[in-house]
This record gives sequence, structure tokens and C-alpha cells, in this order.
Amino acid sequence: MRAALLRIGTLLISLVLASVVVFVVLRLLPGDSAGTSLGVGTTADQLEQLRSELGTDQPVVTQYVQWLGQVVRGDLGTSFVSRLPVADLITQKLPITVPLSLAAFVMAALVSVPLGVFAAVHRRGPVGVAVSAVSQLGVAVPVFWVGVLLVLVLALQARLLPAGGFPRTGWDDPAAAVRSLVLPVVTVAIAMSAVMVRYVRSATLDVLDQDHLRTARSLGYGRWHALARHGLRGAAVPVVSILGIELATSLLGAVVIENVFALPGLGTLLLDSVKARDLPVVQALVLGLTAVVLVTNALVDLAQRAIDPRLRLSKEVAA
Amino acid sequence: MTDLTTAVPAATGAAEPRPRRRARRLPPSLVVGAVLVGLVALVGLVSLVWTPYALDDTGDGARLAGPSAAHWGGTDRLGRDLLSQLMAGAGNALVVAVASMVVAGVLGVTVGVLAGATRRWVDVTLLSAVDLLIAFPTLLLAMLIVTVRGASLWSAVWAIGISGSAVIARVTRVNVARVLREDYVTAAHAAGTGWWGTVTRHVVPNVWPTLLVQLMLLGGGAVLAEASLSYLGLGAPPPQASWGRLLQEAQSTMLVQPWGAILPGVAIVVTVLGLNLLGDGIRERTDPNLRGDR
Repeated sequence: MRAALLRIGTLLISLVLASVVVFVVLRLLPGDSAGTSLGVGTTADQLEQLRSELGTDQPVVTQYVQWLGQVVRGDLGTSFVSRLPVADLITQKLPITVPLSLAAFVMAALVSVPLGVFAAVHRRGPVGVAVSAVSQLGVAVPVFWVGVLLVLVLALQARLLPAGGFPRTGWDDPAAAVRSLVLPVVTVAIAMSAVMVRYVRSATLDVLDQDHLRTARSLGYGRWHALARHGLRGAAVPVVSILGIELATSLLGAVVIENVFALPGLGTLLLDSVKARDLPVVQALVLGLTAVVLVTNALVDLAQRAIDPRLRLSKEVAA
Repeated sequence: MTDLTTAVPAATGAAEPRPRRRARRLPPSLVVGAVLVGLVALVGLVSLVWTPYALDDTGDGARLAGPSAAHWGGTDRLGRDLLSQLMAGAGNALVVAVASMVVAGVLGVTVGVLAGATRRWVDVTLLSAVDLLIAFPTLLLAMLIVTVRGASLWSAVWAIGISGSAVIARVTRVNVARVLREDYVTAAHAAGTGWWGTVTRHVVPNVWPTLLVQLMLLGGGAVLAEASLSYLGLGAPPPQASWGRLLQEAQSTMLVQPWGAILPGVAIVVTVLGLNLLGDGIRERTDPNLRGDR
């Protein structure tokens, strides 16, 4: 319990540190955001007015504290470009990005966990060798290329699914919305599976080598039976950790892949804002996505301790 | 004293027949990886002095043509030779990989050695910074840097290198701490070797193979990350050839000229696969525990 509280404490510290990093990188690197957002032909008065509006004429520490206070209250500021509240912009995009990354994650986990375990148990069989070769290749494939190839074959040539875009009516037309998300989901899932299969396979291999599993086999348990009774719990610890990392990856994969399929989600918003130097939006999105990654990491740690009592003991002693 | 040391090997050499050269086959992944990386590096170097066509040469106006004897990879929407663009892209990928490795290597090793070999509070402070950096996704760091500094090859390299340095620092620190606990280091210390001498003479040679593996994997990751960034329009700007941007430009016309969208992807996969295999191969060669079926 004490260790769990400690983990939550570290999470809070990392969140604050991440916010400092985001804030400092955007403020202290050369370049004046107020000047950039107004463009050429701006008078000094206009510039001054915008600066005081944005608060960039205040000392950096004051700016940071003000910003953090607003963020905690749910006020993410106003976009330089659209003049809309950043929180609203983000909320509008969630119905595309969240289903996309969650569906891709679930699909990848459902494929790669069984496949990885199977490939480890039959490591010298044809399936085991094939799985490990394909996943070695798969790790080297850029996710956007998978998307481009799927569009080429399944959308442009076979005309089975739309090549991109999202229905203007959104989820009011569920069938059309789902159809436009099929290819993006499959794309992200394929890229993630390559990584996950490798981790699951090597975690299972580690367990298979352990003494207690050999003893179980020598007592007459079959390969799968021994693994199911004595191995899976041990393998679950590294697998949970990779699932956690991959949940974050699926979100970032979605960010890239939305641009391949012209989906108006968080990724497209982030990219457009980066290109337009729309500071408040970039700041909120980068911090938000990083926070999701950090929280996932903390949850993974807690889950691992719940699964493996040895971990609880050693960490508690160390703490 | 001198007589003794020179006499010993000679004596054993005479007593038993010298074993033939130790038959230790190179791991296949090392060979394949080295060949692939060597190939890309060669193409990249050649592209600096020669490409079949100039990069901005729109030729006889044959736009979006398929592969032919004159244009092996076909032409793009402006009639430029695709093969020449791909070759120049290899040079770009090479620069990204090497520069990211250097940034990550210098930063990571410095932080790792400082954390592993100095006082405890330095260690704790640096480690928490490294942990935060590991959790901070490369793509987001790159986007932050691009927002402020604009899209360029070097924005990408800095982002990838800084991100990668976290892993290098971790690996360095663990290994430095392990080596420093060895008896021979204590012995060297007792014999009067200073901190710097210990680090350069004992720590670095012992940690180097592990680092080389990590650097190769990082190079593969760097090529992938730069391709993603330039696909998104955040990498090297137009006159500079980049596989990611070639792919992005070809996407809208790929029903007519699919090779423009296929070949840059193949080039990326070959390069990343080569670097990953090279890393795995070095690991297998230097770490006997990992030999076999991992």
C-alpha cells in the first residue's frame, strides 16, 4: 500500500516535470510566438497588446504558474488560429482518435498475445520460425507505409473501403463512421502487433526456461498444461508492461495514421497546430498525450505488483 | 622476468599442436545486417557525387511514368527520376542515423557515466530526468522542437538524438555501476589509478559492446522516426530528398504510378531492418548468453 502511494506520488512529480519541460521548450527556444501568429505588417502596438493578452510580457515563472493553475481548472487557453477554446477543439476530436487507438490496441493484443505464446512454445517449428521472421521484418516497417499500401490495394484498386476522410455527420451514421475507421485501425494494429509478438514470444521463452516449469514437465504435465498452470503468471509481468507501452504507442500511431487517412482527429489537429505554430493547442495536446503515457506507465507498474507477489516484496524492501 | 614471459607461450606452443583458427561462425544476422547497411551506405555515398539524373531534372516531360530502361524506378509527378531521388534519400537517411547516434551517444554516455560513477544524489537526479525522457514520446518532442524552430533535418536529429540518449544513459549507467563493483577495478584503484583512468581503461572497454548494440538499434529507430516526421511534413524541407516525403508526395498519384509509393517504403524497411539485424548480430557475437534462439 505504501509503495502504491509512493508510485502515485512519483506520477504526480513526473506530470509536473513534464509540464515544465513542455512549457520551457516552447517558451525559451528562440522565436516569438506573438510575432509569428500575427504575421508580417504588424504594428508594435498590436504586438504589445497581443503579448499582454497572452501574458507573454510577464516573467516566465509567473506565466508558468498561471498556466498550470488554468490547466488544473480545465482551462486550456484559446487557439491563436481559430480563436476557439482549446478544450473545445480537443473534445471535438476525441470521438475519432479514442475509438481508433483503442480498437487498434484491442485488435493487436488479441492477435499478438496468442501468436507470441504459440511461437515461443513451438520455437523451432515452422510457425514459430515464420512468426519470428515476420515480426523482425514488421518492426522495420513504418506505420504510415502500411497505411499507404492498404489504401493502394484495398481502397484504390479493390474499392472495398474508403481511402480516407470521416463522414461529416460523424457518429450519427455509425455504419459509415465504422467503415472509414476500418483501414486506419487495421494499419495501427498491424504495426503494433509486430512489436508485441516479439515481446510476448521472448517473455514466454524466458518462462519456459525456468526450473519450476521444467520440474512441472518432468512430473508429467504436457507442454501447454505446464505453461498454463505455472508459466503464464510469470510471463504476464513483462507482457503487461509491453501492453502498457503499446497502449501509448497506439495513441501516437493514431496521431500519424490520421494524417494518412485524412481523419479529422487529435493527430491532424496537432500537426496543423505545429505547422501554424499555434502554441496553446500544441502545448495542451503534447501535455495531454504525455500525461496519458505517464498515467499508463504508473497503472502498468501497479498492475505488475498485483500479478507478481515477488515484485511487491522486492520493491517494498528496496523502498 | 622478460625471459619467463616470452618463454611460456613458446613452450606450450611446442608441446601441443596449435589449434586451427577457431571455427566460430559469424551470426547470420550480423552478416545480413552488415550487407544491408553497407549497401545503403554505399548508395548514399555514391549519391553525393553521382545520381543517374540531377535531382531537379524534370527531363523530357514524361510524368508519372512507370519503370523503363531510362528511368529504372519511373518518374514522379514533375517528371523527375525516382531512382535518383531514392539514392539521395539514402544519403539523407545515413546523415540522420549517424547524427542521431552521435547526439544520443555523447549525451547518453556522459549522463550514464556521471550517474553510475559519481555521488548518489547525482545518480538519483539524473535517473529521474532520464525516466521522464524515456516516457516522453520522440514524436511529441520532435513536434515541440519543430513548433519553435521550424521543420528541418536538424530539428528532427535533435529530437531523435535527445530521446534516444535516455536509453543510452540507462544502459551506460547499469553497466558502469556493474563494472565499478568488479574486483579488478578495486585492485586498479588500490594500485593508484585515478577516477578518469578507471573510466577510460576499464569501464569504457567493458561497456562498449553493449552500447554499440543500443546505438545500432537507435539508428534504425532514427531512420524510422525521421521518415515519419518528413512524411508528416516536419522533416527536411523540399530540396533535400527524404524517403518519408517522397512517399507522401507519391501518395496522391499512386493509382497511376504505384512505384513512387512502394519503393521509398522498401528503402526504409531495408535500412531499418539492416541496422536492427546488425545490432542483434553484434549482441549475439559479444554476449554468449544470448546465442541461440532469441
